[in-house]
Amino acid sequence: MDRKLIYVDHAATTYIKPEVLEAMKPYLTELYGNPSSIYYLGRESKKAIDEARSQIARCLGAQPQEIYFTGSGTEADNWAIKGAAYANRKKGRHIITSAIEHHAVLEPVEFLRREGFEVTYLPVDQNGFVNPADLEKAIRPDTILVSIMYANNEIGTIQPIKELAGIAKNKGVIFHTDAVQAMGNIRVNVMDLGVDLLSMSAHKFYGPKGVGCLYVRKGVQLEGFMHGGAQERKKRAGTENVSGIVGMAAALKLAYENIDRYNEHLRKLSSRLIDKVFERIPHVRLNGDRHKRLPGNVNFSFEFIEGESLLLMLDMKGVQASSGSACTSGSLDPSHVLLAIGLPHEIAHGSLRITFGEKNTEEDVDYIVDCLEEIVAKLRQMSPLYEDFVKRNKG
Amino acid sequence: MADIIYFDNSATTKVYPEVMNEMNRIYSSVFGNPSSLHRLGNEAEKILTESREIIAETLRVSPNEIFFTSGGTESNNWAIKGIARANKKRGKHIITSAAEHPSVLECFNYLISEGFSAEISGTDQSGLLDIESFIEKINDDTVLASFILVNNETGAIQKAEELIAAIRAKNKKTAIHIDAVQAYGKIPLNLKKLDADIVSISAHKIHGPKGCGALYIKENTRIIPILHGGGQENKYRSGTENVPAIWGFATAAKIIHENIEINRNKVKRLKSIVISELDKYFGSGGYFVNSPEDSYEGILNISFPNVKAQVLMQHLEAESIIVSTGSACSSRKNVQSHVLTAMNLPRERTEGAIRISFSGMNTEDEALRFTEALKSIVPKIRYR
Repeated sequence: MDRKLIYVDHAATTYIKPEVLEAMKPYLTELYGNPSSIYYLGRESKKAIDEARSQIARCLGAQPQEIYFTGSGTEADNWAIKGAAYANRKKGRHIITSAIEHHAVLEPVEFLRREGFEVTYLPVDQNGFVNPADLEKAIRPDTILVSIMYANNEIGTIQPIKELAGIAKNKGVIFHTDAVQAMGNIRVNVMDLGVDLLSMSAHKFYGPKGVGCLYVRKGVQLEGFMHGGAQERKKRAGTENVSGIVGMAAALKLAYENIDRYNEHLRKLSSRLIDKVFERIPHVRLNGDRHKRLPGNVNFSFEFIEGESLLLMLDMKGVQASSGSACTSGSLDPSHVLLAIGLPHEIAHGSLRITFGEKNTEEDVDYIVDCLEEIVAKLRQMSPLYEDFVKRNKG
Repeated sequence: MADIIYFDNSATTKVYPEVMNEMNRIYSSVFGNPSSLHRLGNEAEKILTESREIIAETLRVSPNEIFFTSGGTESNNWAIKGIARANKKRGKHIITSAAEHPSVLECFNYLISEGFSAEISGTDQSGLLDIESFIEKINDDTVLASFILVNNETGAIQKAEELIAAIRAKNKKTAIHIDAVQAYGKIPLNLKKLDADIVSISAHKIHGPKGCGALYIKENTRIIPILHGGGQENKYRSGTENVPAIWGFATAAKIIHENIEINRNKVKRLKSIVISELDKYFGSGGYFVNSPEDSYEGILNISFPNVKAQVLMQHLEAESIIVSTGSACSSRKNVQSHVLTAMNLPRERTEGAIRISFSGMNTEDEALRFTEALKSIVPKIRYR
């Protein structure tokens, strides 16, 4: 059966752009030298890494020596948090983060809490925003690190990072932002933002999996993460993933060149989806802010519905979406993000995340809306909760 | 470029053409996130599962004991820090040899700053651990013993079975880590027989991609996760899996294990060609073999009296022949090899040492061209 296949899970991962793969190929074939080797083949690999570093630095408004390559976005987050905490533990042991971070931030923070650090989780409002005044109040003399994500992976909320980083800076506290979802959608400039540490991952912006990067502002105290050879200025040992690094730089360059057009494309699709769903399906809420969100992100909660069943039926119709973060999609717990913005459990369970990408079209949106209308109606027919609700409203 | 003779396969290898084809296929057609529940996610997860089974089979272990990492260095970092930290309440003594790769030695150094007492045990003249003195140093507080199976600079093969049995006899609670980055795919490694707890391997040393490795962790081994987050790799190593590279790793592992004997015979033959040619031309005393007897034949460490290794390397490179002066990870440092120094070799041998590392992709003709080049270069560059 040749089904329609519509991929709207770009926040989970993206395909690799053909021109990115082409840029990588020489380093998977003829130019295979170890960048630490001093002969020609090694020097070619080293040169490719240096160029990639400069390219990424230019995009971010950083210095090349402030860019460190990692094996993933998760590694960049782990390094930023554990590395900053361990390097500064003599100054204090208090860390501040938000309630809606990705698990790659929450779990390292929890790990540190078990190791004797103290943690404050800032609450968010009904749209997922951190209140800068809350951060101001939470900073103590022994606070050594603040970590707040740039854009949320589930509901797309874009935080006022510049303002938040400014508050941390005034108090002399290191500020980290997980920009894994923002990168490729927002023109991130570290100078303008004033952040000290920033994580990104290539496979979220049409680059390869298995490679990420941590921006470390010059002068920030950070412990090395991998010990061994002298790679990455002795902070992250290990033979460099040359092709992956080249691919990440190529993907980021393309993303920055096309960012305005890309945003416009995504915004058009998202608006169409939101408008049509509200028009045709009752008892639905949009999670996150209507405007200050990632342009390709739409997150709905359909009342009286189990998100899992919805996803499964969408998949059968060829629509590849998600109920939230891919990393926890095997789990039955409702999303910590939706609970933090105040959704009750039963509504948080009925959520659906659609994240658009480059190749999606308006026809895709219309097809998704048709599917949703049909599936939601069918699932509600089978739902005792919905039956009660209808009876109550008649009576 | 086409005529290049690449004899630095211990630093890194060229990806097998089949591996490149397979990775290309995955890059172009299977891009889902293995954690996603939809069809594209399932496809990616299947690739991941199959890769894990393939790697497990090459080591004769169960797939749930294989954890993918970003490379050999990450595997070593995870093994050493993860075991030490998980067991620190039982004891804070850890031990390794002086001939380890920097990714092991630097972890030991780092753990000293966390309050561990790290002991570096010496090697004998052949570069192998002195088993007796190693065992003597193990005490009730020893939570980790780590050693390299095939040395990356000399090819020396540690007598692993004997060493492991002795460690177990001294303290059965000591976790045993093997750095098998240079051994994997080169010599048979049966972990059903070899009683190690934790073993590091890397893809780019076996004609797989860079940026990918694995750690074998025996069931019920106490170790803390290296990356916290989304819970991938059974909650021990979070982060979206590098599916194309992992599949490339598995493909390379399969090919190299199918050819393990053929390759071994091949590198043996190449080594004996080089040695017999050098014997004929330079005679005994005209050059030194620093690799011990019975070492892995794919790695041959030699030096010429009154010849500086760097100079020799450059002259060889001018003729498109690539060798190295030792570990790639420390080749920019221009220091004496810590491995050869630990073997107590005289300075004239350590300063002139070059490492030739073959792979099954090299040919006899290349070996002969290499020895011809040495015959013409060496007499020209002797400084005395």
